[in-house]
Amino acid sequence: MSLLEIKDLKKYFSTPRGQLHAVDDVTMSINAGETMGVVGESGCGKSTLGRTIINLQPKTAGQVIFDGRDITNLSKRESKNLRNEMQIIFQDPYSSLNPRYTVAQTIQMPLKTLKHMNKADMEAETDRLMDMVGLDQRFRLSYPHELDGGRRQRIGIARALAANPKFIVCDEPVSALDVSIQAQILNLLMDLQDKFGLTYMFITHNMAVVRHISHNISVMYLGQLVETSPTDDLFEHPLHPYTKALLSAIPVPDIDHPLKRIVLQGELTSPIEPGVGCRFAARCPYQTEACNEKQELREVLPNHFVSCCKVHELNNI
Amino acid sequence: MTEQRFLKIRDLTIQYTSGGQIIKAVNGVNLDLDEGKTLALVGETGAGKTTIAKSILQILPHPQSKVVSGSIELNGEDMIKASEERLRQIRGSEIAMIFQDPMTSLNPVMTVGDQIAEVIEHHQDSTDKSAIDRAREMLELVGIPGDRIKEYPHQFSGGMKQRVVIAMALACNPKLLLADEPTSALDVTIQAQVLEMIAKLRDQFNTSMVLITHDLGIVAEAADTVAIIYAGEVLEYGNKEQIFHRPQHPYTKGLFGAIPNLYVKARRLHNIEGLPPDPTNLPVGCCFAPRCPYAREDCKTTKFEAHEVEPGHLCSCAYAEHLED
Repeated sequence: MSLLEIKDLKKYFSTPRGQLHAVDDVTMSINAGETMGVVGESGCGKSTLGRTIINLQPKTAGQVIFDGRDITNLSKRESKNLRNEMQIIFQDPYSSLNPRYTVAQTIQMPLKTLKHMNKADMEAETDRLMDMVGLDQRFRLSYPHELDGGRRQRIGIARALAANPKFIVCDEPVSALDVSIQAQILNLLMDLQDKFGLTYMFITHNMAVVRHISHNISVMYLGQLVETSPTDDLFEHPLHPYTKALLSAIPVPDIDHPLKRIVLQGELTSPIEPGVGCRFAARCPYQTEACNEKQELREVLPNHFVSCCKVHELNNI
Repeated sequence: MTEQRFLKIRDLTIQYTSGGQIIKAVNGVNLDLDEGKTLALVGETGAGKTTIAKSILQILPHPQSKVVSGSIELNGEDMIKASEERLRQIRGSEIAMIFQDPMTSLNPVMTVGDQIAEVIEHHQDSTDKSAIDRAREMLELVGIPGDRIKEYPHQFSGGMKQRVVIAMALACNPKLLLADEPTSALDVTIQAQVLEMIAKLRDQFNTSMVLITHDLGIVAEAADTVAIIYAGEVLEYGNKEQIFHRPQHPYTKGLFGAIPNLYVKARRLHNIEGLPPDPTNLPVGCCFAPRCPYAREDCKTTKFEAHEVEPGHLCSCAYAEHLED
């Protein structure tokens, strides 16, 4: 049962040189209680996608259906109410917390503005939330600068949970953390999902992290989805040439099985006024004439969608 | 270990002073590196990896930092005792460094060609013309068209900027390259290009390298020997095979367990509970004891010397051989 449906979502930004297509015709659906991993390199539009879905910025076109309700054109008041159901955890636990608020004040802000709780309830709820994310009560009156990155990220998670949401966009929540701390936060997010049936969109550039936490994965390239499938399928049988190169480029901590790496030539092309054809074509080793046509995301194998006109030929399917 | 090594660091101890407190950044570090080989320094933020690298070049900030004891010998010459004049000759020509963030190590108001040529002119009595020619050659070597020599850093993408930095570091054909997280700021497909290029150039010029990283994947690919650094100490040291196949120290094992594996799906990651110690107030005994699941009473009070668990494989945990998995 899908909790979130996104249809042909577009988000363009105006620049002096033309329209920047940050998110272009993205269609996806996320099941309740599951995690959709969104991966791609910097500038591919994955964060913009997450922010646009939860209405942190207006969309250019397209439709978002949340819990059976079209949330495409909401009034200001409705949009605020939506915060009770959709929340976000940001990448940088240093810049996403108000440095002048104590831990308790930060966590209480959504309790006050969204839940309209009284003082006593708020205090009790703060205790509960801090326990839930593994923050010791002694940090109640601490300020963010007194805490390390892992604890700060726990505050960000507690703040998101305060609204009691169904859906949380996790925008690179562990990228700024060291591996031992990263493991603590990933475990916490997965425990919370089990406990409360939360639905996540997990945005990251780290393929190992995304494999660990996601049920399904969508790969983005220059604002478009190039491949989406259940996690294991994607890792075992990547079908799009970009996904293959991306997976092969990851250094693996295993000295016995060095991977055969596909090194892509060139770099991301500009997302400003891109052509209609495949945006990966400029770096693709299999590029031909047909790639200049518009590519559609098609179901190539069950639940496995790929946007590449040569997908059958390249994978013998 | 008395024979002359290419790079030999012994008992290196470095402290910073900040706000009246003493920060013990590096505590009695021993490291060796042979010619043409790569030594990886692996550890988390604040472990002291960058401080070690900067001390090799003697570019630690003054007066906040102080080398309390130890020696850093490059081909038998102690860097710590070297004169400022001698160090100026060495920096850039014999030892070069690549920093993590390519944007902050390039001068934004100077063309990339001039920046590369500057290093060459400083170290080799070459004319403007030949230095510029060499700069163009270096750019092409790192895969950037030579005709972009007159462009400024902002006209390049992140991956290309890092390649410019690498071109600059290699311009004088250094014997030792210090690479401090050279690809951490780059995307993975670009990282692959840069790693491949560094490896190619290293083989071509037989350059030795100290590679600082927190990514065990990069270590597996690029290193010959590995030092696991924690709270300014080397907890474990050995060749790549020893560290990856037979890690001994509980911290090293913890690090391997904490990384999500791309090919094996585990429901829970292995946590290392707690946080690294405060460098102004290090534990009396083993620096990892407060987080170690196997810590015994004497670990908290006694500092054990690193011992050899097999030839060339050093571990600072006294009980490493007696731990149950």
